[in-house]
Amino acid sequence: MELELKAVLSDLQNLNTSLSDPSHQASIDQIRLRVENLTRLAMSEPTRRSKVKDMSAEVVDSNPYSRLMALQRMGIVDNYERIREFSVAIVGIGGVGSVAAEMLTRCGIGRLLLYDYDTVELANMNRLFFRPEQVGMTKTDAAVQTLSEINPDVVLESFTLNITTVQGFETFISSLTNKSFNQKKEGTGVDLVLSCVDNYEARMVVNQACNELNQTWMESGVSEDAVSGHIQLLIPGETACFACAPPLVVASGVDERTLKREGVCAASLPTTMGVVAGLLVQNTLKFLLKFGQVSPYLGYNALKDFFPTMAMKPNPQCSNGPCLERQKEYMLIKPARDAAAKAKMEEELSTIEIPIHADNEWNISVVDDCEVDAVNAQSSDALPEGLVHELPTADVYKHPTVSNETVDTVDDLEDLKRQLEALNAD
Amino acid sequence: MEGWDPTTKSTLTQIPLLTVKAGPRDGAAWTQRLKEEYKALIAYTSMNKSKDNDWFRISAANPEGTRWTGKCWYVHNLLKYEFDLQFDIPVTYPATAPELELPELDGKTHKMYRGGKICLTVHFKPLWAKNSPRFGIAHALCLGLAPWLAAEIPILVDSGMIKHKDDAVSTSES
Repeated sequence: MELELKAVLSDLQNLNTSLSDPSHQASIDQIRLRVENLTRLAMSEPTRRSKVKDMSAEVVDSNPYSRLMALQRMGIVDNYERIREFSVAIVGIGGVGSVAAEMLTRCGIGRLLLYDYDTVELANMNRLFFRPEQVGMTKTDAAVQTLSEINPDVVLESFTLNITTVQGFETFISSLTNKSFNQKKEGTGVDLVLSCVDNYEARMVVNQACNELNQTWMESGVSEDAVSGHIQLLIPGETACFACAPPLVVASGVDERTLKREGVCAASLPTTMGVVAGLLVQNTLKFLLKFGQVSPYLGYNALKDFFPTMAMKPNPQCSNGPCLERQKEYMLIKPARDAAAKAKMEEELSTIEIPIHADNEWNISVVDDCEVDAVNAQSSDALPEGLVHELPTADVYKHPTVSNETVDTVDDLEDLKRQLEALNAD
Repeated sequence: MEGWDPTTKSTLTQIPLLTVKAGPRDGAAWTQRLKEEYKALIAYTSMNKSKDNDWFRISAANPEGTRWTGKCWYVHNLLKYEFDLQFDIPVTYPATAPELELPELDGKTHKMYRGGKICLTVHFKPLWAKNSPRFGIAHALCLGLAPWLAAEIPILVDSGMIKHKDDAVSTSES
């Protein structure tokens, strides 16, 4: 644009010199002034920054990564630049997902995969990220537009699809396993999947995909009343999967006449959504860049500013098949894991072998952890004489035998189809 | 199931329960499940017809039986209101219920999610979760769609959001 305007100016100059009639002088001057004005306006237009090849720690105003690289100098992160090797998939680009995507983009993540089937609406404007002029665009397109302006270094891939349909699920799985970004990577093509969806069905689908692919993922959610939320780390086989502990199901039989008419519109706040997105991405950074403690579960109660944490073990009777397979695999590598943990402990112990106390007036001695475990195990497994457990110990879930019973009078799919069509016909 | 009206209850008990826990990605087991779905739908449709309470038509829109389309209708003040009905079988079926869609009503009621998916959260999803995998498409129509139509259509008609097709024609002609 600048070049074009310069060309117009020089054309005007030529025209001015070639014209002998001085009566046009004033109007030519006026056009020249206008073009100069336009040039100034064009100069002040926002310019997109060019891509940066290597992250530099140099402290200058023009370096987008100087404050992030300072994490290394402060001793928080060993090698921040590794973030450019990581791929993160974000499912659901709503109030939490879009903000999480922006945070990771500003952190200079290597690649982001974005999944959503929705479009931007004015009703979304009470949350962060999307702008009113993006109304009508798909959320994925709008996100790519904003994110690529903020940080052109991030590789963005967007998928406008519904992952709960059979076709959408296949695309979802194949995009997660695609390793074109980092061919050396083990396992799938992504390092972490973030679930930022707003419904149970979609969470179950992410759970299914991650259990099948043995892919670590993080769940996030904000309650319908917008005053509480949570994030959860799910490592297939090691921690509880989303189907291991189904949400509390309370069948409150409702008469159709008394069916509630409050509407399905859930409340939402930019604050709660922002806090949960912040917690989610913080946990993501800790997980990827290996600093601090990665929370297995972190709740947020806005009314009381209460942040509960806990860890959940997988359910050996989980209804999800792939989850049980992952649990088995995890149990198989237990000896190796224990040995590694022991070696690490011993290594730490050997570094501090100097006696801390010269005398031991009270004869205090340290008992080995293993011995305590053995004592505890005995006490919990074997009951004193005369006592029995009320409930039987957990055993393998018996799958109902169905295959034989289903063979009855009609058992041909085409025949059944015809029967239903016949009923439909009249 | 406390609180449901006796008619719905007795109808429900007559729809055969399903036994195969299989989704659309489970190959032969899904075919088996599909057969059970058809049996339940046939039983439910013929029961409705025999009781003069016929209110829907549904059939698979693809050979895999993962997409279903049809019609459903509701009679209010002696007038019949008919709507297109469609839904996909989710990949996590039968752990999660199908999301029933009435695309023509999209945007006309707030008891609906984007794309015309009717809201089943309160009155149906807990029942489905408790009875998975024994409930199928027929149960979803009986316990999910039927009460929704009974609750919503009268309100939509009375508020003028939807018009009977005869009225719509006469107003457009005048």
